[in-house]
Amino acid sequence: MTASVITTSVSKQYGGVAAVKDVSFELNAGETIALVGHNGAGKTTLIKLMLGLIRPTSGSVTMLGGDPARGDFHVRQSVGYLPESVSFHMALTGRETLAFYARLKRVEFSNAELLFKRVGLAAEAVDRPVRTYSKGMRQRLGLAQALLGTPRVLLLDEPTSGLDPALRHNFYDLISELRADGATVLLSSHALTELENRADRVIIIDRGVKIADGTLDELRHIASLPTRVIIRLSDMEASPRWSGEWCRQSGGAWEVSVDAADKIDLLKKMTSEPSLLESLTLAEPTLDELYAHFLGRQAAQ
Amino acid sequence: MNNILTVARKEIQEGRRNRWVLATTLLLAGLALTLTFLGSAPTGNVGVNQLDVVIVSLSSLAIFLLPLIALLLSHDAIVGESERGTLILLLSYPVGRSEIVIGKFLGHLSILAFSTLIGFGAAAVALVASGTVISPASWRAFATMLGASILLGAVFLSIGYLISTLVRERSTAGGVAVGIWLFFVLIYDMALLGGLVAAQGRSVPSLLLDGLLLANPTDAYRLLNLGSGAASTLSGMGGVTAGSSLSAPILTVALLLWAIVPLGIANIVFARREA
Repeated sequence: MTASVITTSVSKQYGGVAAVKDVSFELNAGETIALVGHNGAGKTTLIKLMLGLIRPTSGSVTMLGGDPARGDFHVRQSVGYLPESVSFHMALTGRETLAFYARLKRVEFSNAELLFKRVGLAAEAVDRPVRTYSKGMRQRLGLAQALLGTPRVLLLDEPTSGLDPALRHNFYDLISELRADGATVLLSSHALTELENRADRVIIIDRGVKIADGTLDELRHIASLPTRVIIRLSDMEASPRWSGEWCRQSGGAWEVSVDAADKIDLLKKMTSEPSLLESLTLAEPTLDELYAHFLGRQAAQ
Repeated sequence: MNNILTVARKEIQEGRRNRWVLATTLLLAGLALTLTFLGSAPTGNVGVNQLDVVIVSLSSLAIFLLPLIALLLSHDAIVGESERGTLILLLSYPVGRSEIVIGKFLGHLSILAFSTLIGFGAAAVALVASGTVISPASWRAFATMLGASILLGAVFLSIGYLISTLVRERSTAGGVAVGIWLFFVLIYDMALLGGLVAAQGRSVPSLLLDGLLLANPTDAYRLLNLGSGAASTLSGMGGVTAGSSLSAPILTVALLLWAIVPLGIANIVFARREA
């Protein structure tokens, strides 16, 4: 895999305060990466560093083979960016806005209708001033400009905030398409659950420091958080006979937490007596739980 | 170059949509027409060329109004975009920072030039339409006045851009802009006048006076328009120019420098600023 973005021990200080400390990672072509962290953890600073809008205090950033702060035309042209809570010039219409950005990127504007359709901006809204747009519509226009000229790297800061569930779904479909075309997509988000099956990799940032980096499975393995097993017995009065600390849930279900190592064993035992079970659900640790785990570990250090 | 035009074009588009263009044009035209017809009342139709009277009254109007309009347009140009959040997206595009500054400046200058030409031009058109005969010399003076007015606008746009790149908040930019306007348009001349009165008729070294007049773009503008020709007699500025060696080319160069230097500094400041 070829790396589109490389940061090497990058640090950024504002005044005396370090916003980003010694962060290194590589983002590859065809990869979707979730950048996760609290507000003020340094996600936006990292994205600005990758865009070359600010220069690192130490370390280096390489974007598509060049220094992004130099502002090379072909580099900037191949990068799509959606700022957090994007805003536009209120007086212009959506179409005029997109035309302006297309001209700056030297992109043919003929496929505007397609782009508006892709991001779900209604045709009647396109020729209205941005002033009249709802937050969700502005976000869609923001996505449209980020997608101009089929970028090779997309940096999306909180892309799904303000989008309703249907549009979120639509949005992630778009991301999948881009990934299939070999684009690098970096999403920063709070909404961890919706990133669950979308991101190939998760980078967790806390107070400017990278505290975890890996696929969800890798992170689960490192964190070795227990899996939750939830069952419903055929006999409502009985309690589970298998070892473990079963707790009764409301509604009559039973739940137990098992370590990854014991999980298979327990499942084997349970499924050997299928008549006792009415239903069986496995819940792997969610990204939320992983995130909390890594943050807790960081705080303990 | 392409980017500069793209940015300028967007600025004009926005100005039209915001009614900035319409409002300033109507304001200037309205005042110019009022001055033209009120101004001709005391002089009547005898003796002086009417267009020269218009030049005198329009220049006096322009000295107050154009700097104000220019600062209103420009003080917000960079800091406003930064505060509204549109700047960060723009900077991520393949467009240089100086292209943004110069493009926006040219856009604003076009708006101002358009309003001035149409607004002040309306006064001349009205005179011609009312059957006044205007001499070629007066036409030349009028054209000079239009050019100088646009240049004066450019000066204060440029100063506004410098303010806009230096400060961190829009409200600060607005306050500084008002302060600059008051200083150049009112306080400076009052102080200068006070100084001359305090000198009690002792002759002020002409080099010092020249320097003081060039140090304020509105004074340079005033001298350029009212210092020569029929207008100088009408406005009483002839007395000032008689003791000064400032010719029209020197004044024009001074105004050009006033338009270029603050914008140049704004460019340097903006290039170093972190988004």
